[in-house]
Amino acid sequence: MRHIFKDLMAATALASIVATASYADEPKKGGTLVTVLGSNVRNLNSAVQSGIVTGFPGAQLFASPLRYDENWEPQPYLAESWETSEDGLTVTLNLVKNAKFHDGTPLTSTDVAFSVEVIKANHPFKSMFAPVETVETPDAHTAVLKLAKPHPALMLAMSGQLMSIIPKHIYGDGEITDVKAHPRNNENVVGSGPFKLVEFKNGEHVILERFDDFFIDGRPYLDKIVMRIITDPAARAIAYENGELHMGAFESLPRIINRLKGVDSLTVTADGYGAIGPLDWLAMNTSKGPLSNVKVRKAIAYAVDKNFISKAIMQGTASDSTTGIHPDSPFYAAQDGYDLDLEKAAELLDEAGFPVKDGTRMSLTIDFGWPGVKPQVEYVKAALKKVDINVEVRSSADFPTWAKKMGTGDFDLSWDTVFNWGDPVIGVHRTYDSSNILKGVWSNTQSYSNARVDELMAMAAVETDDVKRKALYAEFQAIIADEVPVYHTNTLPYHTVYNTEKVGNPPIGIWGTSTPIDMTYLK
Amino acid sequence: MNFLQTLLVRSIYAIILLLAVLVLNFSMMHLAPGDVADTIAQANGGADAEVLEAIRTEYGLDQPFLVQLGRYIGNVMQLNLGYSFYYREPVTELILQRLPATLLLVFSAQILALLLGVLLGVISAQKPNGITSHFVTFIALFGYSAPVFWTGILLLIGFSLQFQWFPVAGMRDVTIEGGFFVKTWDVIVHLILPMITLASVFLALYSRLTRATMLEQLRTDYVRTAYAKGMPHRKVVYQHALKNALSPVITLAGLQFSAVISGAVLVEAVFSWPGLGTLAFTSIIARDTPTILGILFFSALVVIIGNLLTDLAQKLVDPRIGGIE
Repeated sequence: MRHIFKDLMAATALASIVATASYADEPKKGGTLVTVLGSNVRNLNSAVQSGIVTGFPGAQLFASPLRYDENWEPQPYLAESWETSEDGLTVTLNLVKNAKFHDGTPLTSTDVAFSVEVIKANHPFKSMFAPVETVETPDAHTAVLKLAKPHPALMLAMSGQLMSIIPKHIYGDGEITDVKAHPRNNENVVGSGPFKLVEFKNGEHVILERFDDFFIDGRPYLDKIVMRIITDPAARAIAYENGELHMGAFESLPRIINRLKGVDSLTVTADGYGAIGPLDWLAMNTSKGPLSNVKVRKAIAYAVDKNFISKAIMQGTASDSTTGIHPDSPFYAAQDGYDLDLEKAAELLDEAGFPVKDGTRMSLTIDFGWPGVKPQVEYVKAALKKVDINVEVRSSADFPTWAKKMGTGDFDLSWDTVFNWGDPVIGVHRTYDSSNILKGVWSNTQSYSNARVDELMAMAAVETDDVKRKALYAEFQAIIADEVPVYHTNTLPYHTVYNTEKVGNPPIGIWGTSTPIDMTYLK
Repeated sequence: MNFLQTLLVRSIYAIILLLAVLVLNFSMMHLAPGDVADTIAQANGGADAEVLEAIRTEYGLDQPFLVQLGRYIGNVMQLNLGYSFYYREPVTELILQRLPATLLLVFSAQILALLLGVLLGVISAQKPNGITSHFVTFIALFGYSAPVFWTGILLLIGFSLQFQWFPVAGMRDVTIEGGFFVKTWDVIVHLILPMITLASVFLALYSRLTRATMLEQLRTDYVRTAYAKGMPHRKVVYQHALKNALSPVITLAGLQFSAVISGAVLVEAVFSWPGLGTLAFTSIIARDTPTILGILFFSALVVIIGNLLTDLAQKLVDPRIGGIE
């Protein structure tokens, strides 16, 4: 019966489309988008929890001051306009006047000040708001961020999931540092985003519904979003294919991506992940043994064939990356790669003082943190054998076991995947900054230290002139590529999958699905 | 020994067993390098050093091992399984939310495997060298030797993709609206593939064992007597021989109960079945010690109860078995 009714509805809808054929490209209102999360959600409150799984529901529940278009240009969101003072020490946000939280309370500058305080105290990325000293609130719709030093990274840090404005009257009832354990982080969550929470059942689904008082008129287009939690990639692939899922993001398995690309009803695209900026690389511990010699590191880069990784392992799904900055980022400056050259590698190893003795030059170990990258690691072993380097593959029982090895420098080589998270200050500096050596997983685990690199990063962090900033990062990238503390091989091939006939205007900007999808609609 | 005495002795054993499970696993978890702070950093896409330290202090991970163990056991004694490090929810609540889904899957798979296994065993025992018997053996061994996650994906490709008869994942379709019957039917539809997948492993055990014990029973004197008296074949097989052949099958089913629960972990992962298995899987990966220990605690309880039920069932089919010892 339900189906007959549905068909009838569809027929009526079809009739109305025919009648108004000239508006065929107009977004349609209504409908339930069924989408998916690839792992369990720890916390829905994106002010205290980072990560791509929280980012999707988080960006629907909470609004941030800015949003970015696909050309990396900031656009008004909760802030209708903003200005940075000449000295770069004051950033003024003029908030929209009609923003309300899901419980009907108006959103004011007090909430912005409170949110900055909460994020500073609880969010795992301290570098985002570290220079923000105070937030002044001259009136209800003006928030003035006072900085200790110019902080251009603030712009990207005010968008996506990184600066979720949370209501003070709900989350401000205890200590600031306790917000990360607040009971309303998973239940009765209240934000000002385009969708409000209906139900969150961990391991099953997050259900959101349209917030009728959303501050942008006429949006969002969807009535409801069902985010199912399906952790098995193969099961997700089948669900896209048979139509159970309309859309999904962050699919990264080459085999599955290529399989889905062959399905007529689906569009599969790698666009829209520039600010997430996921990079795969071969990390080298520069603090001990042969790898402390830059010639050895270069030799390894020459011996490892990126082409093979790209074609055979990533099966053409990933793009080339040559520096620590994602190729989609405006700060990316492509470097000449280390094209496969076994002779040059052997030469460099001889020069470095590692001649072949008894059929081998040296023995190294290689680690990996998750089973998915075992092929890369096995390949590196085989590739280095050709230049007479013995490599022993060390498995880790699980992620923390590997993380411990990395965080304490107990490795020679390791495969690693690290995210940019918007501005280089947030996700890039941590890997190369000599003041961040061995501070846990995804710190400067390579123990890389170069005074000029430190200086360049320090300068770029406070440079407000975009052109000069790009030049500083270009020099930085050139040094990193030359000294190879990590050998950059490829981007992690995150892909968005959506049903071409059903989903209109999927979120393809710079933040993946960690962005409000108020403009997405069902055809 | 009377029933109550037995129950008392059993309970004492159970408590010792539970304590051993907890202490042993707590120690093993502690031996592994790294901790939950790393996985929290992973979920966050990285975390600054001071954040990692704060997490370790908050959860007492910086305390000496014995202090941590003592604290944990002390809490369990007060029936407090603690808070999940990863989800920040009470462990008992997390588990009780998931338990019904797992029980549904485990019991329905166990019952399916038993019914079908016994039936196939009986059929193949009657003509042990016939084609049917070989076919049953083949099917059973195939199910037994194929890894469950593979069987699961195969069934998904067959029955969710080629023929779109069953949904791919989860336990219910939240977009469906309707009354109790509509929703129950929805759960049943979701249950079928995971249930078959899980049952496929145990089908072999039950059908092979039934076949063997049935063959034995069919050669006994009382069966020959029954035939001699002119009793119909059907009656001899199903009413007399089967009743006597069932006892070892039920024992095996009881013993296998814990294996069914552990098998459920993988099946749940493939089908995103929102049960304890998925929770166990993610907690182990996340090093969420309180949750893992809580799940082991509950699983041990379920196994103990399962064994008790097995004993009772034994008594039911074979009155010669006196007490439940």
